[in-house]
Amino acid sequence: MSATPTPIQRSVEQITARRGPRLLLDPWLLLATLGLIACSLVTIKGATRNDIPGSPLYFFERQAGYAVVGVLLMLALTRFDYSRLREFKLPVYGALIGLNLLVLGLGSVARGSRRWISLPFFQFQPSELGKLLLIVALSAFVVDRVRRLDERETTARLMLLALGPAALVMIQPDLGSALVYVTVALAILFVAGTPGRHLGGLIGLFAVATVLVLAVAPAAGVHVLQPYQVERLTGFVNPSHDPRNATYQVNQSLIAIGSGEKTGRGVAHATQTGLNFLPEHHTDFVFSVVGETYGFAGAALVLSLYALLIWRTLRIVTLAKNLFGALIAGGVLAMLMYQVFVNVGMTIGIMPITGVTLPLMSFGGASYLTTFLALGLLQSIHVQGRIAQTSKGRALVLS
Amino acid sequence: MTGLTPPDDRRAPITPQLALRVAILGGIALALFAIVFFRLWFLQVLSGDQYLAQASTNRVRDVVVQAPRGEMIDRHGTPLVENRRAVAVVVSPPKLPQAPAARRRELTTLSGVLGMSPRPRRCRVGTEVVRVMELDCLVRRGVWNLPYADVTVKIDLARDVGFVLAERAQQFPGVSIEPVFLRSYPYKTVGAQLFGTVGQVGGGQLKQQHFRGVRGGTIVGQSGLEYTYDRYLRGRDGATRVQVDALGEAKGYLRSRAPAQGANLRLSLDLGLQTAGQAALAKGIELANGNGNPSQGGAFVALDPRNGEVLAMGSAPSYDANLFARPLSQHAYDVNFGDGTNHPLINRAISAAYPVGSTFKIVTATAALVAGIITPGTVYDDTGTFREGALVRRNAGGVSYGPVSLRQALQVSVDTFFYDLGARLNADPTTHPNGGALQDWARRYGFGNPTGIDLGGEVGGIIPTPRWRDSRNRLQARCVRAFQKRPRAARRAYPSGCVFADGTNRSWSEGDNTSLAVGQGDFLATPLQLAVAYAAIENGGTVVRPHVGLQITDPAGRVLQQIAPRPARRVAIPDTDLQAIRDGLHAAAQESGGTSFDVMGTFPKPVYGKTGTAQFTGRADQSWYVAYVPDPVRPIVVACTVESGGFGAEAAAPAVRLILSQWFGVRKQVIAGSSHTL
Repeated sequence: MSATPTPIQRSVEQITARRGPRLLLDPWLLLATLGLIACSLVTIKGATRNDIPGSPLYFFERQAGYAVVGVLLMLALTRFDYSRLREFKLPVYGALIGLNLLVLGLGSVARGSRRWISLPFFQFQPSELGKLLLIVALSAFVVDRVRRLDERETTARLMLLALGPAALVMIQPDLGSALVYVTVALAILFVAGTPGRHLGGLIGLFAVATVLVLAVAPAAGVHVLQPYQVERLTGFVNPSHDPRNATYQVNQSLIAIGSGEKTGRGVAHATQTGLNFLPEHHTDFVFSVVGETYGFAGAALVLSLYALLIWRTLRIVTLAKNLFGALIAGGVLAMLMYQVFVNVGMTIGIMPITGVTLPLMSFGGASYLTTFLALGLLQSIHVQGRIAQTSKGRALVLS
Repeated sequence: MTGLTPPDDRRAPITPQLALRVAILGGIALALFAIVFFRLWFLQVLSGDQYLAQASTNRVRDVVVQAPRGEMIDRHGTPLVENRRAVAVVVSPPKLPQAPAARRRELTTLSGVLGMSPRPRRCRVGTEVVRVMELDCLVRRGVWNLPYADVTVKIDLARDVGFVLAERAQQFPGVSIEPVFLRSYPYKTVGAQLFGTVGQVGGGQLKQQHFRGVRGGTIVGQSGLEYTYDRYLRGRDGATRVQVDALGEAKGYLRSRAPAQGANLRLSLDLGLQTAGQAALAKGIELANGNGNPSQGGAFVALDPRNGEVLAMGSAPSYDANLFARPLSQHAYDVNFGDGTNHPLINRAISAAYPVGSTFKIVTATAALVAGIITPGTVYDDTGTFREGALVRRNAGGVSYGPVSLRQALQVSVDTFFYDLGARLNADPTTHPNGGALQDWARRYGFGNPTGIDLGGEVGGIIPTPRWRDSRNRLQARCVRAFQKRPRAARRAYPSGCVFADGTNRSWSEGDNTSLAVGQGDFLATPLQLAVAYAAIENGGTVVRPHVGLQITDPAGRVLQQIAPRPARRVAIPDTDLQAIRDGLHAAAQESGGTSFDVMGTFPKPVYGKTGTAQFTGRADQSWYVAYVPDPVRPIVVACTVESGGFGAEAAAPAVRLILSQWFGVRKQVIAGSSHTL
């Protein structure tokens, strides 16, 4: 903050001094966040108690640590005016490209893909943080050209800005994140007011591209996707076809969720989770664990918390003090919605397996921290929006 | 604007377009949540039970522990078919090294240990043909047959090889040694054709009623007694139910069920008689060879005439039953059962039908007596020849016996006497297409149909009738036509040529009945059918259903089930008629001048026996002898035949004497007869 406070800044400080910053936070959003953290910790504690012999709390402790750090980061971010990020749009976009290039250069390979950068304390997955960087950078670029949104060239340029990093992520290969990038970009354009025909054209282009990648290119001998990605994308159409291989995970997940019935089988009797039939039970398939262990009741609670989260995010889109805020909130909304529905849809067999994590529920530092930063931004937009309302009223009084 | 507006009214204004788009986003979110909730409701609340069941089977694996099959013991309790513990090498394909080079290296080493060739060879797996080593071929076939199951690549490993594998288990990931039970036959060739073989139940067999409730992979009886009584012998495999994780590693035992050995099968066979019988048959063949007859095979069967219990049954040549206890190589098969071995696997006592010669005369006699054509006292004047149109038939050796009654006709086997009866018993082919009284009585005695013994592979023989003859002629004509029209296709359709009839295309004539009257012509029967017919003479008209199984017992010897099939039928023969036939048979065996008096005259028990000599064109005669001893305590009927053995008294009768000697504890004497009667 600058040394000589402006009247408005002073008034903000007066307000925050008087009523405390916490009261300007969105309490429902905070409640949903904390509720999901609690659900995540309880689920992971039960699911991973046998994963590492001798240390039943290994994953739980780490996840709790990430949660504490994440919540602190989020709260810190709420005190910061997100609007200033507009000035840093080029460095942010540069970081987005740079990190993803870096991971291709020196990332470590896990299960056939190069997505991680090993840091001293934890492994870092740039494609996760990249989602947020893209939201911020793209929102800033949109605001710059807000008066020329009607032009086709604007839409094309903005979309290319998003497709560049998406392509980098796809090479890693991380198809799930690449699709998040595209979705986020579309959502930002949508909120910004890009004409419907442009968006329709883009969606049509993507449909054509999908057909090319899945059907035409392999026939011509060009394999854009890894074979396992194709199997996952096409396998969910007929999950009982090949139970041991491509669709094994979906079947096991369905069995896990279905066997939970109304109230769940409890931690001790959740055999799908406990005997490792459920793959990735603390990361990608954590929702299946909830379904098996706590049944329809538990799954419905988690989904309700997400519904609350989404509702409050939508509300923040409308509360934002400027277009930049609304776009960031729209991007975050798209990111959360996409991840929640693709991940949950995957576990209940209505979406293909794309390796998308469940925000706030899945184990994993990068995804957790990214989500907290996103929520911090949302809270910041909320705080700034409330301040703007309040101070606007006050400024009128003062003038 | 003046004054302080309430905070709620001071919302930042949003454009209508943004409001609309936010509303659309909200609508999408609402729709997606609704879909997810309904899907969850469907999965968890509506179909939960089904998924819960799947989750239970997911975590449970049954590890099968093979149950030993029941043993087979003779009527006195001596084990004839036992179990032997052996080790098998089992490969678990998913646990073999995944890298092709490492996999090949391990299989090559294992081939060396097991004594298999590591050289690649053609290997058919399903519809594919690959070139891999023998061991790899076995593994691939196993995976193709039953995916995810372990493959047994070698059974009955030598002890030291087993130790080598057990010691170096780490060198051979995915290879394990498992105990198995194999059949063992301590008396080797004794009864080899009766017991049958065991093997893994086949895919098609699982659907059969006979193997209902059998799980895939179980060892079941595939032939002979093993097949017939499989239900009792099989036992119940044990199962250890283990909880497994996703990799199939056992995580804990839920419960286990010990394997239950199958029940024992007590046979009606008498081991002593069976062994002596096979030796006697060999002696008969030896006698025949001594006479210059090129005999290589034969058969005998001994029954209890009261109830059809088979006391002994043998077929020569025989083989060591242990050969089939473990997989047999093609080479070993060829050596033991290939060309030049004269079909040791065929049980000639039930699976081979022959012309039976004069032993059939009891049927002709019965038919003539009951039909009233003759009485026991009717005298026939034998001139040594019998004229039938242009055909002149003579007695064997051209002998003329003068006036004879039935008793003498049987005693010395007067052919003309029975030719005459055959001619007179012939029925009009147009009104009686199935033949007359002779055919009726042949059927009543059990000829022409399998006896229903509890062994597989029994044949029914042939009773020639006008209708049968016509049908054979038609088949022959069709075959000949096929060869004329399209010789190539015909050779494929009729690999052994047109052998359905004699080619004359002649319909039924009286001569057919005349030949039948002495057991020649087109008539065919098995030694067992003959024994059953003579048993009916002995027991007064009961046509028994022969059986080898006697009791099902538990391992402690308690009887679980008695095997006593009801007789096939009772035939009504007036006592005087029956007595006349019996007298003739007794005279033939033990009165001076009888056809087998040389052989049986000195036997210390009353013997009722009939020789038979079946004639073939272009081959040596087949020797037959059937006899019974109506002992009040242990009656017995024995039928024996020696292929290409010459006259009945020369080869078959001495063998039967040896068998009767064993049964009654009489000193065994090899006495060959000299009677040259048919």
